[in-house]
Amino acid sequence: MKQIFARPASLTGKNFHFCPGCHHGIVHRLVAEAIDYFDLRERTVGIASVGCSVFLYDYFAIDVIEAPHGRAAAVATGTKRVLDDRIVFTYQGDGDLAAIGTAEIIHAANRGENITVIFVNNSIYGMTGGQMAPTTMLGQQSTTSPYGRDCQRDGYPIKMAEMLAALEGPSLVARVAVDRPPNVKKARKVIRQAFQMQVENKGFSFVEVLSACPTNWGLNPQQAVKRVAEEMIPYFPLGVLKQKDVVDVL
Amino acid sequence: MYYDVIMAGFGGQGVMLIGNLLAYAAIREGKNVTYLPSYGVEMRGGTANCSVVVADEEIGSPVVGRPGSLIIMNRPSLVKFEPRLQPGGVLVLNSSLVPAAECQRDDLDLVALPLNDLAREVGNDKLANMVALGALVAKTGIVALEAAKDALEDALNPKYHRMIPINQQAMDKGAALV
Amino acid sequence: MSAAKKVFLKGNEAIAMAAINAGCRYYFGYPITPQNDIPEYMARHLPEVGGEFLQAESEIASINMLLGAAATGVRVMTSSSGPGISLMQEGFSYLAGNELPALVVNMSRQGPGLGGINATQGDYFQAVKGGGHGDYHLIVLAPHTGQELYDLTIKGFELAEKYRCLTMLLGDAILGQIKEPIDPWKPEKTAGDPDREWLITGARGRQPRLIKSLYLADGEMEKHNWRLQEKYRRLAAEDVMVETRHTDDARLVVVAFGSMARIAKTSIEQARAKGLRVGLIRPITLYPFPTATIGEISRQGARFLTCEMNTGQMVEDVRLAVENPGQVEFYGRPGGSVPTPEEILARIEETYQD
Repeated sequence: MKQIFARPASLTGKNFHFCPGCHHGIVHRLVAEAIDYFDLRERTVGIASVGCSVFLYDYFAIDVIEAPHGRAAAVATGTKRVLDDRIVFTYQGDGDLAAIGTAEIIHAANRGENITVIFVNNSIYGMTGGQMAPTTMLGQQSTTSPYGRDCQRDGYPIKMAEMLAALEGPSLVARVAVDRPPNVKKARKVIRQAFQMQVENKGFSFVEVLSACPTNWGLNPQQAVKRVAEEMIPYFPLGVLKQKDVVDVL
Repeated sequence: MYYDVIMAGFGGQGVMLIGNLLAYAAIREGKNVTYLPSYGVEMRGGTANCSVVVADEEIGSPVVGRPGSLIIMNRPSLVKFEPRLQPGGVLVLNSSLVPAAECQRDDLDLVALPLNDLAREVGNDKLANMVALGALVAKTGIVALEAAKDALEDALNPKYHRMIPINQQAMDKGAALV
Repeated sequence: MSAAKKVFLKGNEAIAMAAINAGCRYYFGYPITPQNDIPEYMARHLPEVGGEFLQAESEIASINMLLGAAATGVRVMTSSSGPGISLMQEGFSYLAGNELPALVVNMSRQGPGLGGINATQGDYFQAVKGGGHGDYHLIVLAPHTGQELYDLTIKGFELAEKYRCLTMLLGDAILGQIKEPIDPWKPEKTAGDPDREWLITGARGRQPRLIKSLYLADGEMEKHNWRLQEKYRRLAAEDVMVETRHTDDARLVVVAFGSMARIAKTSIEQARAKGLRVGLIRPITLYPFPTATIGEISRQGARFLTCEMNTGQMVEDVRLAVENPGQVEFYGRPGGSVPTPEEILARIEETYQD
């Protein structure tokens, strides 16, 4: 019998701890597929961040360094500067990358650091229990914006991809979603290209992935997917915002 | 032997350079030496001073409270450091800018020289620091004059090495006057 | 010592040169006075030996870049001063939890706040008592001469690797700016063991590895903490460094570290010349602290005078180490001034009882 679908070799096979309907599992898989595609598992170092994605090391069969909150891009910089023939990626959430780690991500991007950054934007703090994130939508309720995010008080949902695309340093900046199969396919392609960039020493690549957090949004998985499509994508438009030359491997 | 000196003046009068030069000369003679610059936020101007300790034995404090000698290039430095000089200590004073009469103490070994004028005679006002060092070295024997002259090669950036002869003349000038 | 092979360098430069000669090839840092000679030296000279200098966007980024590099096992360092060291405290805690070896130099400046740029020892507590969160220690070395800055930089890398700890070299503006002839010797060992079982290299032909400090499973955190404490216990048993001078017959023992110890050395000779039996204990490792040496000498019944360029920090550790805390007097000057040998001598004479 022909096997047409299997777990990527870069995943350990341990069952994900993520909540039902959470998109981290899909994003993990897409990253693992990209690592497999270029046969990078034995020369990749993952930088885990603080948040739901901290357990990266339980799921990826690769070397991992756990970074302090927000500092993954700086840690990745240090590792990549030493191991410049290895592949170094960070996997960060919105609180980690877009709040406490803003300085680190902007400067890593601006240096064109030859790393890959996977940024999971689910518009809320997951692990700490549903507090307002810098990407929380206007009016969105969270445990620290119980009356809804108010732009007068809290500012606006921050558009990291657009910010980074404005810099000279990055080679690839894109925003994708994994709310439905066509978007997952596009996300797979872009994430693969983000690793290809690094393999070819072309510099900094950044993929923002719009994701659902049904538990902290207080929605069921179907409602959560609908919210990504109807609320998040219109504000956080999908697409490749910046791309230096890269050969399409698909 | 143990010898310490504080050198002080305006930024730009070259006290740091002659402090370094004295240190290099002492190294040439195989002595222990510490050179401690004053440290301010100013990049230009302001007052500058450094402490140099030369000894055969291990040097303890690089911070000099009561120096055995002083090179004083300007008035504020005289006010600040004269009271700290040890009794009988050598004070090389730039009388081009500070009249010898402004010295408050009479228990000092005062060497008042019009350093700017003497430097001009050699060829350039900016050599006043070298005249002062020549005078100090000749007066105290802290290092041999020849060692100090040779040390210009160590202390000066190679791009200024063509200026070594005129610096040596300035040191000779100061040495000849004490 | 042959004068010929010595180099005449600022203390800051001596540290940088020693680091390169010790095999350090990676430096991450952010400018702050009074330690800028270190990054400037590294920026100029690391590329000459195939190394890499990177100016980070902040001290927070610097220490985390260092973390990422240290996880690969290379010799890596950063340097800073007061406010910058405060920002690095987060990283220190993670480096301790992750058990990563590296060297950090603190050419401390006066505080609190923006303070001033001249010499001080006001960062003693921050260096030896933590500063970051959690139950951890740095190895803290306190050089007092240019040569010792050089030697302890090399030693700092070795100790860091021996214990998988961060070593802090604690200096000040005097030590950073002083120029002295230095013997630029080269150590035989210029790298840690490449076969260490924790190095992050990419999981080629082996099981994946993990550098982490998060321990959520039942009992894991306590186990990890006990393991760290066992390292600190071994460190205290094997690697305390202390200099003593004239302590055999001393009626008064000055305890001082770093610049203050060096100034006090002159005061002590001045006191001896006056017939006062005064000695010196100079902790070279501030952590681990030379508690045993101080305790032993205190049992001779001498009085102690702890001298610091702060208002009383190390004196607390001295009081814990002596037989009778009542034996210990303190002389200190806060950040903003540097005492002369004569000022310390005056306090010695006041305190001395034959």
